[in-house]
Amino acid sequence: MPDIKFGKSLPTDTEKEAVDTAIASHGPVTIEVTERLVYAGQQRTQERRHLLLPALHALQHASGWISPGGLNYVCRVLEVPPAEAYGVATFYHLFASQPPSSDQVLHVCNDIACSLNGADELLTSLIKEGHETRPSPCLGQCERGPAVFIQKIASEDTVLFNADLPKISELQNENSEKISIELPQAGSPQLRLLTRIGIVDPESLEDYKSQGGYEALEKALEMGAEQIIEEVSTSGLRGRGGAAFPTGVKWKAVAEQEGVPHHLVCNADESEPGTFKDRVLMENDPFALVESMTIAGIAIGAEKGWFYIRGEYPTARRRLAKAIDKAKDYGLLGDNILDSGRNFDIEIRSGAGAYICGEETALFNSIEGFRGEPRNKPPFPTTNGLFDEPTVVNNVETLANIPRIVSNGGKAFANEGTDQSSGTRLFCLSGRVTSPGLYEFEFGATIGEILDAAGGFSGSGNMKAILLGGAAGNFVTPESINLPLTFEDTHEAGVALGSGVIMVFSDKDEITKTVHRIAEFFRDESCGQCVPCRIGTVRQEELLLRISDNNSVEAERNLFDDLAAVMSDASICGLGHTASSAVRSALDLGLLENKS
Amino acid sequence: MSKPEENKPETLVEITIDDEKIAVNEGSTILDACKQANIDTPTLCWAENLTPVNVCRVCVVEVEGSRTLVPSCSRPIEEGMVVSTKSDRVNTSRRMVLELLASSVEMDRADEEILEWMGSYGSKPERMGATNEIKTSSQPVKIQDDLYVRDYERCILCYKCVEACGDDAQHTFAIATAGRGFDSHISTEFDVDLPESACVYCGNCIGVCPTGALVFKTEHDMREDNSWDPDNQQVTQTICGFCGVGCNLELHTQDEKIVKVTSPSDHSVTDGHLCIKGRFGWQHAHPKN
Repeated sequence: MPDIKFGKSLPTDTEKEAVDTAIASHGPVTIEVTERLVYAGQQRTQERRHLLLPALHALQHASGWISPGGLNYVCRVLEVPPAEAYGVATFYHLFASQPPSSDQVLHVCNDIACSLNGADELLTSLIKEGHETRPSPCLGQCERGPAVFIQKIASEDTVLFNADLPKISELQNENSEKISIELPQAGSPQLRLLTRIGIVDPESLEDYKSQGGYEALEKALEMGAEQIIEEVSTSGLRGRGGAAFPTGVKWKAVAEQEGVPHHLVCNADESEPGTFKDRVLMENDPFALVESMTIAGIAIGAEKGWFYIRGEYPTARRRLAKAIDKAKDYGLLGDNILDSGRNFDIEIRSGAGAYICGEETALFNSIEGFRGEPRNKPPFPTTNGLFDEPTVVNNVETLANIPRIVSNGGKAFANEGTDQSSGTRLFCLSGRVTSPGLYEFEFGATIGEILDAAGGFSGSGNMKAILLGGAAGNFVTPESINLPLTFEDTHEAGVALGSGVIMVFSDKDEITKTVHRIAEFFRDESCGQCVPCRIGTVRQEELLLRISDNNSVEAERNLFDDLAAVMSDASICGLGHTASSAVRSALDLGLLENKS
Repeated sequence: MSKPEENKPETLVEITIDDEKIAVNEGSTILDACKQANIDTPTLCWAENLTPVNVCRVCVVEVEGSRTLVPSCSRPIEEGMVVSTKSDRVNTSRRMVLELLASSVEMDRADEEILEWMGSYGSKPERMGATNEIKTSSQPVKIQDDLYVRDYERCILCYKCVEACGDDAQHTFAIATAGRGFDSHISTEFDVDLPESACVYCGNCIGVCPTGALVFKTEHDMREDNSWDPDNQQVTQTICGFCGVGCNLELHTQDEKIVKVTSPSDHSVTDGHLCIKGRFGWQHAHPKN
């Protein structure tokens, strides 16, 4: 490492203590030069860079912003150049680079689902009442919006759902964590991933075990790595995060890499507007994910698992942290798991408000303490992943399937669903349906069947459109109601299954506004690294506003097609590749035509 | 930056570019192969003395079997690769990258070849709307000392200056990308003035800037009073006399006055990079009255 020039600002005592505490579990806070030399200088510094994100969280939590003094202290302790640390801090929405004007900030979700539930009016009244507010991208509470994420200095972060003014003013009295989940399909025999949701006590390992928990881990330890991977391959399980990559193939590729440490990352940065499935799993059945990760770790030969969870899911984070601690107490996690001689540990990392960090390589950079900018692929994570080492990244829902595959065998899993889409799928229903919420169906169910289970279309007027797969997905019209939501059928129909979003709109809703919000979302969430996405998402939004003002769909179509082409063809990552797909479908279906 | 190991026998890999088969050294990038085949490829964020960051996306090509276009500057070639550099998809993306950039950034002082590519790919930035109706990078010029001018409304965020300040040359890390999305910008910590930052005034960021966002104060001042005249400038090669390293200097002079100093990027000693003395230590040649 070079000589680093630090600034002159000093941290407050609170900031210093917060940072020290955040770093303490990873070795000494300050490393004297002599000691550093013993620890092999440069390598030691590199090994500590990944503490930057936790240290920034500690600063934000302690004083409500990333102050020059606080940042300077973090830089000295971790030997990070201040300009780089500032670049990292300013990358995330939840880190403020200006001093706060009050002790709490309300991040009010005004994204596509919440705005159907009065979020814009709520935001306006909160501003009127003098609260410090920020409009927020989707908070993953779409079935119970509007939602508000509250950051308060020196307090635990909280999320309010079904939020209204009285609830917000008395928020300190209400503990939203105690509210139990109401699962629309509770008790249904077709549930697989959701069987325990709302039934098991998310904080009790005993309760989890009494409902079949940890039987799969015992079996997995008997089976050994090769056979676990074999069963996962036989199951035909494909990734549920959006890319639908065969899980067995990914695992095998990493397991085969010799001579370097392997990593397992659970991608819980669920931020796709309209998606809340992973949140429900994490909040209500956290031990299942700890068990799933442990099995996956054993299978791929990783001793270290990382749980990267978005910062806006504080309840899920706390419950997972408790579950990890308990599992360790019971010898189900950590060194020598169940006396098998196998080691596996899980570390939780919190995001700080950046949709892009759900992209797997951006996620690596985020954990490593760099800006969450995606890397170019190839090389792929299976060879050059976290810390440039072989890494499996799986979505929460994907991993949640593992215990069942281990317990019942891959064949039994493959027998459910269709040939190319085995097992079940979680669907996030929101918008104009009678019972919004999380649903689980065997692959093959059509949009219509799923909507029927949710009580069908609700609200005034008629069903106008359905958004499938989230902001990165597509609009379809009610004519597509018989489309089976499998990987193969959606692919053939040219729509995205994505993260399982089904959001219903009425002809009384302002779909134009929804489409604008989607464009705004991508403009806000682009990391800014590559030209097509950084500028393309801005121009796309401007183009939509012009269409609204001038009713000029046809005149703008040519430019839109060019913007869509360069974003989907030449961007670095999936964000840019899909940033125009929902807008394109809205244009193609005539949803933006001004009828008057 | 990577340098070929000496004395290593080279293995040739055969690939197809624009329907022509060509044998290229193993480990080369598609861009290297294009150069070997005399195919002109636009690049903005690539430089021979820096690690490819593949962010500008103007060098994209079509590779058979790849769903999206791939950046030629960083993708290594593989045996049997079939590359197309002139397809409609490639031309559209290259034209659009240049169009998007020129719609948000002042490009009039960019390198000559960039302006030529804009012409040859048919970029029409005005299609994006009138500049007062769309978002641009418009902002005041930063003049904080007598050596540098940072004019970020000309910045295309190619990351070259960050690389030259950091791992690829100077290891000073005075600047980095801050913010996100369209608001991303090159910045010191908390945007402190350059003299207060870690900057050591080596000028290597200026040396790699392709669009005139980072320039010598001399150049900026001369441009402002319309006396900057590249056609009337001579370049004299010499060797820096401040120490014994032997850095090659190119003194750019106009009206017998030094107006800027560069070093050739293929020079074995400097790789194009200098220190404050070589870059700026010529001012005694023109004492102020």
